[in-house]
Amino acid sequence: MSVLVFIETEDGKIKKSSREAISYGAAIGEVTAIALGSVSNEELASAGVNGATKVLHAADEKLNAGLIQPYTEVIAKAFESTGAEVLVTAKSSLADAVVGRVSVKLGAALASNVSELPKTDSGFVVKQSIYTGKAFVNTTLTTDKKILAIKKNAIELKTDGAAASVEAFDVALDDALFGAKITSSEKAEGDVLLPEADIVVSGGRGLKGPENWGIIEDLAKTLGAATGCSKPVSDMDWRPHHEHVGQTGVKVSPSLYIAVGISGAIQHLAGVNSSKYIVVINKDEEAPFFKAADYGIVGDAFEVLPKLNEALKKALA
Amino acid sequence: MNILVCITHVPDTTSRIAFTENNTKFDKNGVQFIIGPYDDYALARAVELKEANGGKVTVLNVGEAETEPTLRKALAIGADEAIRVNAFPSDSYFVAKQIADVAKQGEYDLILMGRESIDFNGGMVHGMVGEMLGLPSFSPVMVLEVEGNTAKITREIEGGKEKLEVNLPFVAGCQEPIAEWKIPNMRGIMSARTKPLNVVEPTDNTKLTEIAQYELPAPKGAVKMIDADNVEELVNLLKNEAKVI
Ligand SMILES: Cc1cc2nc3c(=O)[nH]c(=O)nc-3n(C[C@H](O)[C@H](O)[C@H](O)COP(=O)(O)OP(=O)(O)OC[C@H]3O[C@@H](n4cnc5c(N)ncnc54)[C@H](O)[C@@H]3O)c2cc1C
Repeated sequence: MSVLVFIETEDGKIKKSSREAISYGAAIGEVTAIALGSVSNEELASAGVNGATKVLHAADEKLNAGLIQPYTEVIAKAFESTGAEVLVTAKSSLADAVVGRVSVKLGAALASNVSELPKTDSGFVVKQSIYTGKAFVNTTLTTDKKILAIKKNAIELKTDGAAASVEAFDVALDDALFGAKITSSEKAEGDVLLPEADIVVSGGRGLKGPENWGIIEDLAKTLGAATGCSKPVSDMDWRPHHEHVGQTGVKVSPSLYIAVGISGAIQHLAGVNSSKYIVVINKDEEAPFFKAADYGIVGDAFEVLPKLNEALKKALA
Repeated sequence: MNILVCITHVPDTTSRIAFTENNTKFDKNGVQFIIGPYDDYALARAVELKEANGGKVTVLNVGEAETEPTLRKALAIGADEAIRVNAFPSDSYFVAKQIADVAKQGEYDLILMGRESIDFNGGMVHGMVGEMLGLPSFSPVMVLEVEGNTAKITREIEGGKEKLEVNLPFVAGCQEPIAEWKIPNMRGIMSARTKPLNVVEPTDNTKLTEIAQYELPAPKGAVKMIDADNVEELVNLLKNEAKVI
């Protein structure tokens, strides 16, 4: 089966979730990948490690920002010119915004939040995570062309491939597709991206104020983790909105989620329930979060966190 | 300004999720249905824009008759008119097609909806509608200001945000903090009863996917409690049992 994988990059690097998408593609067929905007040939060739044979590169600088209509155009053209049957991408806010359009353009069935490889013994069936992680659905895609958006941290990375060949992919893009003008962009530099992170340290209202986030950040630094927070914390502007985890925020699926001073309301749990392991630190032994946890400590965050940080530093040294 | 707001009718965020008929149907028993939380943000912002600039807000749901109380609630919040496309929302393509066909019947300056539904979490209908109508689409939009024929929007990107300037009309998938959720007041609830709710039949029955079967995740094992004075034990478990550090 011929598979096209859409690669997203971040600071010139292929995102981990895109490497997962390539690994997924390689498990079901022969992978050509498509990357947009400025990124080095060397970095693109490294997509081969995860199973891509070839990477098409639409290097036009105008594609450095994730503009939805131009991206749609390039990805749809790449799909057609490679004769692909399946488009695979990581589930991300950019991919969400783009692949719905691509699906209409190509007449391709679309499945989002795919968490396992497809079953193909009768039709093409994929398992999707739904109800914000509270259930799954097995869905049959009935068209010849198909699009799969893969849930992050759900697919094991393939790491034993060889370098991929990189080819320029030039698409003439109509100015009309660039109607939206980006006027400014704000981005946390050098931090681990929350939706991609393997470990997340998250703080809630129990931390009492933004000035107390040092203990969360210290722990995150020790673990190479991303920081997250509960909704009231971002509502009160203690932390930026993109750190808000839960039903109405970012859905995370790290191997380890550490929740500090978060009560564990069902809407918060909805965003973290596909984490592999959950640690809860809360001073109230009745906090509902303990029911969803693997490991729990009843205690004051301001006492437990510095001690835990020291112990981790020792263990990881 | 003429705004179309597309809303989903979804289980309350506290619902226990279960299935019936050999895991082929969602179990509605005891479930309270609400306007999708993201759609509710879109609706709140639409009502604010109408209050500031004049115009009309139309809410649209693709769903069977049982969704009418949810549409009435949207009318109570401040929408002027509701449309229900009388069909089970069988997949995202099908729903997007109904929305696009309704949108073609009106001259909408903005088509707003939530960034994703909280039942299927697909997050792709806004893009599909945009492509079907040949309009730009943006998501997730967290700020939306309109001035004349242009809009200033802020969209969230992973790890940050981006400001854009765009011309109307367009489609937006919305999220907080675009507006605060609005709670209907008594006057709103009374007036909602007499506002028009038009039922139209689907225009096209194409769908691209079929649901085979639902599943529930494996239940979580019991929590291991660790003494607050023994954080070394937690480190040991993370390292040697969970093997995550
Ligand atoms: C439709 C809807 C959508 C929502 N979406 C989300 C969402 O996406 N994400 C989200 O997070 N919430 C969401 N909420 C809100 C959710 O219901 C809760 O209100 C929220 O998660 C509570 O945040 P919290 O745990 O930080 O605060 P609280 O519930 O106030 O909990 C604070 C916790 O900190 C503990 N604590 C206090 N002091 C200390 C200390 N010194 N050391 C250790 N622990 C301490 C307390 O025991 C308590 O358990 C949503 C609500 C609705 C209605």
